[in-house]
Amino acid sequence: MKQVIKGNIAVSHGVRLSRVKVISAYPITPQTSIVEDLSEMCATGRLDAQFIKVESEHSAMAAVVGSETAGVRSFTATSSQGLLLMHEMLHWAAGSRLPIVLTNVNRSVGPGWNIWADQTDSVSQRDTGWIQIYCESNQEVLDSVIMGYRLAEEVSLPVMVTYDAFFLSHTSEVVDIPEIEEVDAFLPAFEPRYRLDVNDPRMFGGMIGPDYFYEERFVMHKDSMEAVNVYPRICEAFEQAFGRQYDVCETYRTEDADLILVTAGTITSVSRIAVDDARKAGKKVGLMKIRMFRPVPLDRWRESLGNALRVVVVDRNISAGLGGVFASEVKSALFSLEKRPSVYSVIAGLGGRDVTPQDMSGIIEHVLAADGPGERPVFWGLKE
Amino acid sequence: MQKTFDIPREKMTNEELLQPGMLSCQGCGAALSMKLALKGLGERTMIVIPASCWGIIIGTYPYSTLQVPVIHVPFETAAVVASGIRAALDVRGEADITVMAWAGDGGTYDIGLQSLSGAAERNDDILYVCYDNEAYMNTGIQRSSATPPGAWTSTTPAGALKEEPKKDMEMIMLAHGVPYVASASVAYPDDLVRKFEKARNIKGTRFIHLLSSCPPGWRIDSAVSVKVTRMATQSCVFPIYEIEKGKYTVNVLPEERLPVEDYLQAQGRFREMGKEMIRAVREQVDQRWLELLARADPGKNQASFD
Repeated sequence: MKQVIKGNIAVSHGVRLSRVKVISAYPITPQTSIVEDLSEMCATGRLDAQFIKVESEHSAMAAVVGSETAGVRSFTATSSQGLLLMHEMLHWAAGSRLPIVLTNVNRSVGPGWNIWADQTDSVSQRDTGWIQIYCESNQEVLDSVIMGYRLAEEVSLPVMVTYDAFFLSHTSEVVDIPEIEEVDAFLPAFEPRYRLDVNDPRMFGGMIGPDYFYEERFVMHKDSMEAVNVYPRICEAFEQAFGRQYDVCETYRTEDADLILVTAGTITSVSRIAVDDARKAGKKVGLMKIRMFRPVPLDRWRESLGNALRVVVVDRNISAGLGGVFASEVKSALFSLEKRPSVYSVIAGLGGRDVTPQDMSGIIEHVLAADGPGERPVFWGLKE
Repeated sequence: MQKTFDIPREKMTNEELLQPGMLSCQGCGAALSMKLALKGLGERTMIVIPASCWGIIIGTYPYSTLQVPVIHVPFETAAVVASGIRAALDVRGEADITVMAWAGDGGTYDIGLQSLSGAAERNDDILYVCYDNEAYMNTGIQRSSATPPGAWTSTTPAGALKEEPKKDMEMIMLAHGVPYVASASVAYPDDLVRKFEKARNIKGTRFIHLLSSCPPGWRIDSAVSVKVTRMATQSCVFPIYEIEKGKYTVNVLPEERLPVEDYLQAQGRFREMGKEMIRAVREQVDQRWLELLARADPGKNQASFD
């Protein structure tokens, strides 16, 4: 059934359709309407779940670590400062191999207080062991929550579905909401291999010495890398069931492109317009959209970008002292290619500053006129 | 000594859910506490252990000394992880299982207080136990807000002894309106087992505070670990009582009260205390004991030691 809904409401439908049984969350702008909508769903019985209304995001993640270890599908949602407060528990959830799904609304990190779109919050959690999926539309948000549980439970790792503040969280779009029976056929019930069980007592997360710790982390890394292969199969099954196509990354008009833009989140949508405009003007420009950022789909990035002359990575995030995080990772992925494109790094739209199709066209013109990428990122639209 | 124990010793189960091979120090009050607690709770129990001595005592991978499911969690999360497990068990229809958070004083009085307060305010159906050895013993004896005034720790050395009294955790928990708050110790094992058995059958957040002797941290011989713990109650430093739905019962009433000085002098950690400080501590102990008696029996609010 098609409805016009905001990104946050797409999340709560995804949670309902995934038959989540334990929710724990703490409100933060711009995530709050997820908490409100799920509270309403639980109160009216539309969703048969326990909602633990905790006193912090740290506790929200700790609560779902408990409920997932006890073998029940669990969910939380946050944004920005809340995600950072969870940081310790994000590591714990991934290290415990718990298939939790979290949705994060990408919001900048203070100070000063800024509640608008910025991906610094989630990219700064890249080393926690969580699988990260970046979304561009409200439909993709809903679908990614459902696919997220299937992926998380297949590889025993938690999945973070992340999308831009306000541009998606508070913007209404047409979303096709599947029937729950259709989702049941796609997403099997959660059957963990091990759980807290008085009939089969086990110990979880205890002291582990140098003899075993290293191997535990190796296996976690190996299983994370495997998600790159598992996810396309899940996307294929999803397409068969629901008719919508997804992948670890997506390309647009890249076949013969000399210049390829790389984006994540809603900047992708405006970039498509700029690509079409550039094509109309006879310029061979394409686009690669990052969906899965952890694990990095190295081969797919190389295939998608390897034949271009110029790759332009636009980051709505910043790692002070280096620059854009996606740019750094794209460079790293392409480095082993014998013939590799020049990688240009552009920072744009921090703290919710609008990035328009005209901005993206300007970035394309700027790169085409440049002698080379240079060492440092371009700060697009920076006030003098 | 007046005793109000319900469980005759011969009725105490011989079944041991704590197995040999644990890594505690000799004379560890926390280890003995767990052994007795599980006698009261039985095998349909799940335990949440945050960073604390018990994270080590239980054994290292792949060994566990406990015959019940255990999850280890970060320092500040014992109560809320227990809440999460409780929610999951309720979903699974396993409502009879007791979920016990088992934390030290650091994990309770200090870093874990926020999530404990959250769980208690929601009155989540969990049993929260603080085994209180009165300092950060696992990291090697640093002060906590449960460290009594005058105690030497490596962060309150001679010349900078802690002067502030312990937080009153029982009162903090009571202020949340939880249905059951109790103190207990291994010096009164029947009482301890009875309280765990009772707590198991109460719905909502239950809080049990265990004074838990630590021979290395208290600077006592392991052979007198239980004896010194008993002295804490006999001197009224650590009263043994329970509060059920707001009603106080003092479970151990010393007939002849032991001087506070005897309790302090039995332990090396108090050896740096001057006379003034000892007097101040004695006054604090007296005051809190009288307040407790008054709460337990409001008609006798003029009670004194004379």
